[in-house]
Amino acid sequence: MQIGKVIGSVVATQKDEKLENTKLLVVQVHSHQNEPTSDYVVAVDSVQAGSGDMVLFATGSSARQTTLTEDRPCDAVIMAIVDSWDLSGENIYEKWR
Amino acid sequence: MYLARVIGRVVATQRYAGLKGVALQWIQPLDDAGTEQGAALVACATVSTGPGDLVHFVDGREGALACPNTFVPVDAAILGFVEEVDGPTRLSN
Amino acid sequence: MFLAEVIGTVVSPIQHPVLENQRLLLLRQLDPHGIPRGATRIGIDRVAAGVGDRVLVLDEGNSARQALDTPDAPVKTVVIGVVDYVELS
Repeated sequence: MQIGKVIGSVVATQKDEKLENTKLLVVQVHSHQNEPTSDYVVAVDSVQAGSGDMVLFATGSSARQTTLTEDRPCDAVIMAIVDSWDLSGENIYEKWR
Repeated sequence: MYLARVIGRVVATQRYAGLKGVALQWIQPLDDAGTEQGAALVACATVSTGPGDLVHFVDGREGALACPNTFVPVDAAILGFVEEVDGPTRLSN
Repeated sequence: MFLAEVIGTVVSPIQHPVLENQRLLLLRQLDPHGIPRGATRIGIDRVAAGVGDRVLVLDEGNSARQALDTPDAPVKTVVIGVVDYVELS
């Protein structure tokens, strides 16, 4: 999985019918040191994430392993909202700070 | 399946229902010389490991199959604690 | 499938139950000419390969599970042959 920050959402009225009722968020990938990278993904949200949230997302066929995305054309899914992380005991990200 | 070092822990309370209780850890993939190979990623820990440990992991949908509930959106999972790598460079925990 | 050279062994006393009693090999991927390329990987040995051997490696979950005869195993990389030679036209 990778971690990224939700920086927006995608609205697409005309879309594959199997994508009806899914929330599509734009996620900017962050490194383990919490530096924003130039990578981003559009991912289906399965955990009620919102703009500004730091999230964990899975890609590839794993992304279809939720009740929301099963058998749908989806290759990235947000599966958790990150509260914090540390590297070798040092706090790198803290949601409530 | 690849070699990696556990470098950190991730806390995420609000998560996909099937992932309750699964530990999430930052891992840095390594090559046979023990140097960094690609970017760090987050993996589910299916065995008891912690920061500093040498491990092996699987990526892709197989990662989900290592979890207690296998129908989960997981694309990387730590499969084992590596005691020693007997290769060109000897790596150990 | 890809070609690789066995460059070492991995000792993992604590691991997922499905990997118990399986030998893990450290692999360096090779191009068809035998030049190293790509990332170092770990594979499950099914053919009693040894360090220095050139081997044939599966790297896809469904076929890996077939090779191991385990329907739900979290495995992907399996050494399924020791290569005698590669003939390139």
